Amino acid sequence: MNRTRASGRTVGGLRTLSLQAPAVTLLLLWMIVPLGMTIWFSFQRYNLLMPDMTGFAGLENYEYLLTDPALWSAMGTTLLLVGWVLVITVVGGTLLAVLFQQDFAGRGIARVLAISPFFVMPTVSALVWKNMMMHPSNGVLAWLAQSLGLPALDWFSSLPLTSIIIIVSWQWLPFALLILLTAMQSLDEDQVEAARMDGAGPLAIFFFITLPHLKRAISVVIMIEMIFLLTIFAEIFVTTSGGPGLATTNLAYLIYIQALLDFDVGMASAGGVIAIILANIVAIFLVRMVAKNLED
Amino acid sequence: MATLQLKNITKQFGDTKVIKGIDLDVNDREFVVFVGPSGCGKSTLMRMIAGLESASDGDILINGQRMNEVGPADRGLAMVFQSYALYPHMTVEGNMGFSMRLAGVPKEERRAKVLEAAKILQLEPLLDRKPKALSGGQRQRVAIGRAIVRNPSIFLFDEPLSNLDAALRVQMRIELARLHEELDATMIYVTHDQIEAMTMADKIVVLHDGVVEQVGSPMALYHHPRNRFVAGFIGSPKMNFFSVEQHSISSDGVTVRLPGGRPCTIPVAGEQLARDEALELGIRPEHLQLDENGPLSGQIKVLERLGGQTSLYVQMGELLITIMADGDVAYRVNDTVQFGFAAERAHLFDAQGVALESLSQHPLASLTRQDNRAATEPAAPGGQV
Repeated sequence: MNRTRASGRTVGGLRTLSLQAPAVTLLLLWMIVPLGMTIWFSFQRYNLLMPDMTGFAGLENYEYLLTDPALWSAMGTTLLLVGWVLVITVVGGTLLAVLFQQDFAGRGIARVLAISPFFVMPTVSALVWKNMMMHPSNGVLAWLAQSLGLPALDWFSSLPLTSIIIIVSWQWLPFALLILLTAMQSLDEDQVEAARMDGAGPLAIFFFITLPHLKRAISVVIMIEMIFLLTIFAEIFVTTSGGPGLATTNLAYLIYIQALLDFDVGMASAGGVIAIILANIVAIFLVRMVAKNLED
Repeated sequence: MATLQLKNITKQFGDTKVIKGIDLDVNDREFVVFVGPSGCGKSTLMRMIAGLESASDGDILINGQRMNEVGPADRGLAMVFQSYALYPHMTVEGNMGFSMRLAGVPKEERRAKVLEAAKILQLEPLLDRKPKALSGGQRQRVAIGRAIVRNPSIFLFDEPLSNLDAALRVQMRIELARLHEELDATMIYVTHDQIEAMTMADKIVVLHDGVVEQVGSPMALYHHPRNRFVAGFIGSPKMNFFSVEQHSISSDGVTVRLPGGRPCTIPVAGEQLARDEALELGIRPEHLQLDENGPLSGQIKVLERLGGQTSLYVQMGELLITIMADGDVAYRVNDTVQFGFAAERAHLFDAQGVALESLSQHPLASLTRQDNRAATEPAAPGGQV
């Protein structure tokens, strides 16, 4: 384990530093300037509606924000959204990957179709879901419910967060499927056959052979999805606009409300800093988990 | 007690017939080797015996019971794969005990059985390691251990040594032979390496294009190949072949005219030969002798000195003939050499490539591995066989 870490670092040192410098500098600036500005603004009185109120605000922005119930609700919403979408996409993706690994007629076409939602841009898919699937009078789901004799459901007002979770899961399931299907293809067929000789049925093969084999790919899926799911915005903007009330306002949407609806740049920046901290907390756990997985 | 019978087994993938009707009997405690060039169907045949592939037609009988419809786990077989197929996320112990874990054997009993197998294979210090931390030979032994733990009636080995380096292969070969003695089990072994086949087998099954070319003991195959394919496949370097003209047929054998013009009487039965039927003479490189008065001659094109032996590649007309000579021969490339052979060492093949039957059996042709052991270890205590 130490071997791999050491081998990459030891050679070069100062001599190669000058060659790395341009890339490192560029990336550092790319990150540090916006971050610095965000932090700077978060300590300023900076509201576009009140141009005369300027100057250092101290911790005022943070104080307002942290005592604002909207923040805690947004954090909860963010975690719920990320958590549920991860569960649905990983579990569903794994099962679908196993399914699409089987040999059946038209497998190639079925695979492409299953993966295609990923190519639809978020705004479009949100609109499709809003107007064609979940619409209380025109939607497919309403039609289905009515043909079963059930009352049509107004998804976005009665189950707002669930609706968002369904839309986002629909978008990200193909991604999980794609990664896991690729991983499935590297599963050694001999191992499966050895397990069959050892007396393993389909379920035992799934739990003892397939799942451990997919462990690494699953952790990669979780990590990448997490990065994108923390910043979900378009789907909420297009469908519920964060409502009803704050039911679907996540951190990204809260910052948007403050910066571009309330025009309070200082508050929005403070929200941004909190979002960064939250993302980092999540990332620390995540990176450690993935790193541990990749090691063995 | 474990026997296997194959009755007219065939296998078809789509329109291609891979196995074209094979009959075979494997006796209890026999070490049977399937050998043949790649694509001959030997692995497919083994997979059908294992139950990983279904037979298109015919019967597979294990201990006299038809097993065609029985699943791979319930046939009482264990298989060692070419790639070892160890479960990478389990320890050695986990790998070896997996079948028992699936069967719901309690942990203590599982551990005891794994330890027992590990002892036979000297794997005890490695039980807690993952396969990744093992060398090729150790992985191989774990794969064998996984098979032993299942206590199968028949062991199946699918080219188990082909991923090992040469030195390790020799060592594992000896170890496998020892295991066969120790476990007293029936074993079926697939390989393309004829040295493995010759050294380990009680019975070799030579396969070619989905049919059995010959079944017999290693020495029988070497000394009395049934046809040109077996003659060329068994033995290394390959047997030399050249066409000869028929001269006369008598009760002493078939007299042929060698390429140099000299006649030679090969002691084989030729009564049913058609007059003027084209014949081919086969003689192994190790049976050709350099001899100043020999009937054959040619020019040396390549010399390979191995120390103890020298391989000479001699141009004789259109043909390149291989001669295994003594390590000390002083010839050089482009020298012309005379050589000959003892007539009873030669094989004669008819136009269909079928060998003419030898008039006398080679004394070692009926030798089994058991005889071998009795001869080399005369003072074996107890003498249980």
